[in-house]
Amino acid sequence: MLKTLHKIVRTGLVTEAPPPADQELRVRAALESGILQLLGRALCIRQVDAGSCNGCELEIHALGNPIYNIESLGIRFVASPRHADMLLVTGPVSRHMEVALKRTYDATPDPKLVVAVGDCGACGGVFGSGYASLGAVSNVIPVDVVVPGCPPTPTRLLEGILAAISSDRGRAIARADQ
Amino acid sequence: MSLQRWLGDARPAPTSTEFRSLEVRCDDWREFAKDLAAAGGRLLALWGTWTSDQEKFVRAVAVAPPRVLLISMRLPVDATDYPGVSDIFPSANRLQRAIFDTTGLRSSDPDTRPWLRHAAWPPDVFPLRGGLLPRPVDEPVDDYPFVRVDGDGVHEIPVGPVHAGIIEPGHFRFSVVGEKVLRLEERLGYVHKGMERRFAGLPILEGHRLAARVSGDSAVAYSWAYCQAVEQMSGQPVPTRAAWLRGLALEIERISNHLGDLGALGNDAGFAFGLAQFLRLKERWLRAVDDALGQRYLLDFVVPGGTRIDLSAAGIIAIGECAEMLGKEVPALRNIYEEHAGLRDRFSGAGRLDPELANWLGVVGMAGRASGQPLDLRLDLPQPPYEHLGLRRCVQQDGDVLARVTVRFDELMESLRMAREMIAALPSGSHATSLPVPAAGSSAAGLVEGWRGPAVIGLEAGPGGSIRRCHPQDPSWHNWPALEHAIIGNIVPDFPLINKSFNLSYSGHDL
Repeated sequence: MLKTLHKIVRTGLVTEAPPPADQELRVRAALESGILQLLGRALCIRQVDAGSCNGCELEIHALGNPIYNIESLGIRFVASPRHADMLLVTGPVSRHMEVALKRTYDATPDPKLVVAVGDCGACGGVFGSGYASLGAVSNVIPVDVVVPGCPPTPTRLLEGILAAISSDRGRAIARADQ
Repeated sequence: MSLQRWLGDARPAPTSTEFRSLEVRCDDWREFAKDLAAAGGRLLALWGTWTSDQEKFVRAVAVAPPRVLLISMRLPVDATDYPGVSDIFPSANRLQRAIFDTTGLRSSDPDTRPWLRHAAWPPDVFPLRGGLLPRPVDEPVDDYPFVRVDGDGVHEIPVGPVHAGIIEPGHFRFSVVGEKVLRLEERLGYVHKGMERRFAGLPILEGHRLAARVSGDSAVAYSWAYCQAVEQMSGQPVPTRAAWLRGLALEIERISNHLGDLGALGNDAGFAFGLAQFLRLKERWLRAVDDALGQRYLLDFVVPGGTRIDLSAAGIIAIGECAEMLGKEVPALRNIYEEHAGLRDRFSGAGRLDPELANWLGVVGMAGRASGQPLDLRLDLPQPPYEHLGLRRCVQQDGDVLARVTVRFDELMESLRMAREMIAALPSGSHATSLPVPAAGSSAAGLVEGWRGPAVIGLEAGPGGSIRRCHPQDPSWHNWPALEHAIIGNIVPDFPLINKSFNLSYSGHDL
């Protein structure tokens, strides 16, 4: 226990002192004020893997690490689409996930946002479309923001999430809350 | 009878890795499988090929260290069925069902349920036979015949395909009494993207990009295995420096994944401190890798003939310093994990897979080594750079979550040590060479011990420098069935922990 506390105290500084002129920091600061202004509460994200190679999931996981610390920005990942404002969807959408993705979308209360993640979510990527793949997420559900990359970095993901809550549809969510 | 008689000569077992191709007749397939099993051989890959000339093959990759066997069974002209071997190699059950779903070649084994095909394409259409595919049915939902468990108080818990966390999709059907799991049945195939069909026709010198994305967390393992197969067909060895850079990349990938998993395992046992600490270290590692090689995850690093880029002097420093930092931080965290009574309580005894069962199931890789199965291709199929690195085999016998955590810690430290040794002793020379295009009709297998286990590529060259057939086989094929056994008798709330301790790939499995 003492070692754990010691470690916590010893490493506490890492999160709070990111390097100056770090682009990450600029994204986070803008994001925080954006959320406060537009939503005034936590943004809840439901992540859906609709067919990815799991590379994008690795970077989405990184959003929760102490360096990006997405929860400190008021954003958190939730377990049910019923609790979500936003779907963060990786692709390409496989035929076998098509119904599950549509049902997840339908289960998310309106108004809702969709961010398609990765080159595959954007256009099908190396997998393209075929007998088992539908390609881009936008071929299956409406998409607000696309974050390309293979995989996109956590910073790019944050930029994409920010873009989504700054859009006209993002304002609609804010109005619905007021 | 012994395996030797199938090899067609009386040469003694080789002292270094030897790739052997052999043809086995349909009538002999089961005898061969029995001899392979009796000799301690492991079936690593099994796939079907139905060529445009209507020739039909079932092919396999097996290892009987230090031999790698690429086995081919040609089916008679009028036959579409072949002898099943799932009683000899249990993981062949799902492999054979997948072969039917994609090629229409049917094994004689009794379980004929579809595996990779749900309802996205009709049951009489076989995507790997070539030709056009009809637009599938509108609502691709089917009714899979799960095995029902009856009895007083037994109920089912269906989970997935969309899970509650940030993980890949799959369906788990638990049959439970109270909290105790009587049976788990997995249903996979949700992220089937048609990769094998996608490979067909690609330029063979460009297939590594798709291979790297079979399972993103094992990108180096798959792209290396793919390139290994291409290079074997070309008969062109890669420069020594390239082999070392690939070894470094493979250990970088292992370090990244083990760091993430060790954090997640702490978290799944209620120790959020572990997740925060390990993810902090992982992020620092990924940034060092990014500084050195231009990518956080090395999806496009290994290319046919070598590596895409060289490692610069600045890159050596970035990786070296971070590896040294981790070499100090990880043991400190390990000490905290080991002394934490709550963690020990959750890890110890949970999800036990005993060595005897693991051996019968053919469990491979990191999970196999945690259940006393020593196979590690880095040691058993010696090739550069591993023959120079003195890798210690990390094996545990208990087969529980604790054993899989212990193997991860041991391997993480070994990988950090080897990474530092590799950058210190990196041979000079070129990082890549150009390859001749492999001849049409040639075939080869590539095998690399990724962080999860052996990543295997079976590759057949087509005309004009194209791919005729490429079959990636993930170690998860052999280990998913083991998870069904490991969970029996445990409580439902321990499933996420036990599942994470295996951390199997869905994408690599579903193809």
